[in-house]
Amino acid sequence: MTIDTLDLAFIPEQDEALRGPVRAFLRDEVSGLPANLRARSWMGFDADFSRKLADRGWVGLTLPKKYGGAERGPFARFVVSEELLAAGAPVSAHWIADRQSGPLILKYGTEAQKQFYLPRISKAEAFFCIGMSEPGSGSDLASIRTRAVRNASGWLLNGSKIWTTNAQHSHYMIALVRTSGEPKDRYQGLSQLIIDLSLPGVTVRPIADMSGDAHFSEVFFDNVLCPVDALIGEEGNGWAQVNAELAFERSGPERLYSSMVLVESWLAHCRKNPSPGSARLEAMGNIISWLTVLRSLSIAVTAKLARGESPAIEASLVKDMATEIEQAIPRLIADVIGAEPRIVASAELRRVVAYLEQLAPSFSLRGGTREIMRGIIARGLNLR
Amino acid sequence: MDMFTEALERIFQERATTAVIRHIEGGGSSAELWSDITASGYMDVLLPENDGGADLTLGEAFPLFMLAGKYALPIPFVQTVMARGWLRAHGQAVPQGAIAIAGPEAHCSDTGGLQAPGVAYGAVADWVLGEFDDAWMMLPCDAAVKEKGESRGSQMVDLCWTSIPKTAMVMEKPEVVTCAPAQLAAAALAPLLAGAARQVLDMTLTHTAQRKQFGRAIMQFQSVQAQLSVMAERVWAMRMAAQLVCNAANNVPSGRLAAIAKARCSEAAVTVADSAHALHGAIGITEEYDLQLYTRRLREWRRASGTETWWACYLGQDVISETRGTALDYILSCTK
Repeated sequence: MTIDTLDLAFIPEQDEALRGPVRAFLRDEVSGLPANLRARSWMGFDADFSRKLADRGWVGLTLPKKYGGAERGPFARFVVSEELLAAGAPVSAHWIADRQSGPLILKYGTEAQKQFYLPRISKAEAFFCIGMSEPGSGSDLASIRTRAVRNASGWLLNGSKIWTTNAQHSHYMIALVRTSGEPKDRYQGLSQLIIDLSLPGVTVRPIADMSGDAHFSEVFFDNVLCPVDALIGEEGNGWAQVNAELAFERSGPERLYSSMVLVESWLAHCRKNPSPGSARLEAMGNIISWLTVLRSLSIAVTAKLARGESPAIEASLVKDMATEIEQAIPRLIADVIGAEPRIVASAELRRVVAYLEQLAPSFSLRGGTREIMRGIIARGLNLR
Repeated sequence: MDMFTEALERIFQERATTAVIRHIEGGGSSAELWSDITASGYMDVLLPENDGGADLTLGEAFPLFMLAGKYALPIPFVQTVMARGWLRAHGQAVPQGAIAIAGPEAHCSDTGGLQAPGVAYGAVADWVLGEFDDAWMMLPCDAAVKEKGESRGSQMVDLCWTSIPKTAMVMEKPEVVTCAPAQLAAAALAPLLAGAARQVLDMTLTHTAQRKQFGRAIMQFQSVQAQLSVMAERVWAMRMAAQLVCNAANNVPSGRLAAIAKARCSEAAVTVADSAHALHGAIGITEEYDLQLYTRRLREWRRASGTETWWACYLGQDVISETRGTALDYILSCTK
């Protein structure tokens, strides 16, 4: 891996052209919501909002037209995502399907699977969640124990998944499960299943987080009989498929803008309330300069995706740095607000700070922890 | 790597060896190295072909600038190339000789003199380009009193002129300023920092692969791998920041991007230098081992022409004083 592989790239004009219409739509739909709601961003669930986006053709942007998509590239999705996240739109209903489940089904699915799922994704009628972590398997994903056994009528599924974002709102889960061998076989014998969460034997139990929200769940499978065609891709190829999927998950603007609603709210506060101090200038300058450089790195990764490459190492590198600034933003802004005690921040702004302080630890956990990212980078540097 | 870059790398490998660097740092003449590189035509790469240049854009010259950092070049190659392009874009004559660029420290003293403290490459420059209380000037170094506020080997000096020398070039400021001299100084240091950091990472990767403790190469330890991964992240971010500021029309960098690049490269330079020394152990702080040639520069260039805090405050002021537009708009305006 050499550092020349992430070269400055630019969003093509035809994709940049999406920005205006998306922004106009968001001005009508989202800008009136209180900032502490908008700060939930891709954790905010609103099925009606997702359908409105789908009506405009902004869901399933990268899927082929014959499956109801817009047949645009990763840059189009970058522009739309960037605007949605910066505005704090409640995008979580369709987010995972749009970002990775759709592309995964397109890449590995049978024709029948594509024809069934992809048009529903593009219409925001089928919401997906990702079943990876289990109670005993977090960063050590290959140690999972949930098992699907093939019998005469399909796959008999037993086990559980945990920390599954949106499981309680989703129609389907794409789960990594063991279909042969034992946990000690590690990467061998793993497969991916598309699980209809309405099947008998599935129990979804939402888990409240410290902010009071319940965006993730524990999901139990008790003798769930999935049809034969629940298998997506090749039996035993689950590990490779999951890693390809994670390259989509780790590289996008959602790793950059998790605290953006706070940045915008605080900028408005600073403009309205002048202060002679330099603390706010320094914090603002650090935030803006980091975001500018990381955005260019993220676009460089997107350019690789657009060329059909799978930049797993580069995506991990950008994710690790970008989640660092996402987490630094609430800390920096909280400090400056407290350093200007006579300039009282509105209750709404303080609610955003407090909410993000509580959500921020998850930024570097979801999609792979900091330690896992650094391990992947180390492998890219030929250290292991 | 393109032909231009390859050819320059060969010149640096042959002419700017670490022995030459140590000789010049010790007070030896830089004239021979200067004439070698000038003779190759690289100083004029940004000028039009009918002026003896190669008509490269700043973006195309960016890999050349990174090389100057990678080889700890002891003459102001990047500053001279950038200043020549910038002077030309402002309709100014381009003088012969090495040009250093003064940062936000440049000012007029109470007694009518001109002061440029802590100028990177000031010890080996013929000219200093700077803004002195609103006046843009090219000042001849031979008319200045030089004082070193640095330690062994440094090429950073304070320059002081008791009055405006006769041979000074006083420029007219344009009505709309895209990039003032202090910002050009920051822009020039960004690829130097990024190139030197890249070299420091490479040296550290080599060292940790060779050095064995507890029966294995130290890079096999997870805590060492984590430190190297963080170094790599910083080095990639520095390169992107430097490439952003070099992506400029008409050889005049954007002042905003100069601030962004210098802020990010300066902060990361410290992390990279600290980690490199931590992972090298005692050998890294010896004079004989080459690491110090690069880490001393990382720290000096970080301090030269405004540290990360200076440029972050500059940017913060710029963002907050805009009356319209979101933070995202500002970020987009920087990278269009």
